[in-house]
Amino acid sequence: MKRSTLLGWVIFAFGATYFILPLLATFEFSLRMLRGQYSFEAYSVVFGDAQFRATFLYSAVLALVTIVLGALVVVPTAYLVRLRLPHLRGLVEFVTLLPLVVPAIVIVFGYLRLYNSSSWLPLTGSDAATNALLAFGYVTLALPYMYRTVDTGMRAIDVKTLTEAAESLGASWSTIMLKVILPNVRSAVLAGAFLTFAIVIGEFTFASLLNRPAFGPYLQLMGANRAYEPSALAIIAFLVTWACMGLIQIFGRKRGAITVP
Amino acid sequence: MTKGRLSLGSLLSPAMLGMLPFFVFALLFLILPTCILMVGAFQDQAGNFTLDNLAKLLNQPQLLASYWISIKVSLASAIGGALFGFLIAYAIVQGGLPAWVRSSVLTFSGVASNFAGVPLAFAFLATFGRVGLVTVLLRDWFGVNIYSHDIGFNLLSFSGLTLTYLYFQIPLMVLIIVPALEGLKREWREASQILGGTNFHYWRYVALPVLWPSILGATLLLFANSFGAVATAYALTGSSLNIVTIQLYAQIRGDVLHDPNLGFALAFGMILITCLSNGAYIWLRGRSERWLR
Repeated sequence: MKRSTLLGWVIFAFGATYFILPLLATFEFSLRMLRGQYSFEAYSVVFGDAQFRATFLYSAVLALVTIVLGALVVVPTAYLVRLRLPHLRGLVEFVTLLPLVVPAIVIVFGYLRLYNSSSWLPLTGSDAATNALLAFGYVTLALPYMYRTVDTGMRAIDVKTLTEAAESLGASWSTIMLKVILPNVRSAVLAGAFLTFAIVIGEFTFASLLNRPAFGPYLQLMGANRAYEPSALAIIAFLVTWACMGLIQIFGRKRGAITVP
Repeated sequence: MTKGRLSLGSLLSPAMLGMLPFFVFALLFLILPTCILMVGAFQDQAGNFTLDNLAKLLNQPQLLASYWISIKVSLASAIGGALFGFLIAYAIVQGGLPAWVRSSVLTFSGVASNFAGVPLAFAFLATFGRVGLVTVLLRDWFGVNIYSHDIGFNLLSFSGLTLTYLYFQIPLMVLIIVPALEGLKREWREASQILGGTNFHYWRYVALPVLWPSILGATLLLFANSFGAVATAYALTGSSLNIVTIQLYAQIRGDVLHDPNLGFALAFGMILITCLSNGAYIWLRGRSERWLR
């Protein structure tokens, strides 16, 4: 027992070193913008950059749109599969896992071919349409996590009894969804939402190839042109991811919330 | 009887109608875009069926090399991630560490497995880059230059990219494998001990055979995870490292191959590889769930 505890600590120490060292190094590097002293200059430069604020805002709004669209697609589907169409479960789960099989860069390549400006549905033709396409693309990326989280949440409540109770009281379909089912899986939806936010906020491939002014391409541009700001941005991105995961822990105290399928 | 059939019909159709948004969405933004690329891989410029694109792909050493280095990086980071992730998961589940270590490792794993992309590249440049903290400290304190000819480390190469990918691969492995380790029943170890088995026997004949499908399946998932990654590599190396996602990225941006259909073939090859590894993962997961229920 003693030996295995020691072994456990040794493994933990190695792991902790590998994972903490890059964070420390990045933080240290981000403080070195002013020669010969430590300062938060790089951070104030970043926060003062209008492009930083614009791209971050753009990605944050896009993440919110993605979350709403994702919930609209996923919640009714998971509900119906659980309640009325269990024979479709295999098919639906297969489709929701597809984004883990098909790389994001391939999906966006498909968009560019399918929705180019001379196609039947020219979604890349205007800015507004491209924004919508990007949001749908992000729903696709988030689908495996969102579906799994919501489905786990539905498993924990008795969907059938809740629905029958609401129906016997004369509730309509929309009332059942909005006032009975959704409040009961709220924590699962929120957990999925924060995970989606963490995925979308710094996403690079989709945004870059669809030419959108998002935070991911901005990060890449800074990395190619600046010395100290990228480190500050990496620390900021890490804190944002950390905040999302922390919020998942608070809202979605269920196992499976942050695990992958 | 007639009433029963009617109500079944009316019950089915609104439910199926409710599934419509999901299937339309999946069709438009997931299935059709993928299919149209796969079709394109087998078409010439005029739209006729051909195998030329795949033949051209196989005749381009540079493109084949890019698949190969992608596969190497993905394999190395998947196997490394699986190994170290398993060790960490073992340490926090069975290593007798206090509960706070376990919960903080799990929380951190959730964060680090999502801390990928461009910021991760920045962090590793600041750590192991030519003027990175670790590089400089190793040089100043120990006189070791990791960029020297003897060690041959380069962040912008196979070894550097693998080291960077491990930062999200290891935590992902921890998250996947901890539930599997928790599924090992105490009775199994006790039974093994009663029968005179040592610790080695327990792992060799009980625990590892039960865990094996989970471990292998998780490794395949990690493989696909790094195989499709673009942002980290692009931010780290620009286009100097010839991995397949960066080739495809350049092709989408500017048709560097001067042949759109060859680009589709390139994408088709990627789908094929991730399909194989994920198909194996799903199959193995089905096998492991039988035991760990």
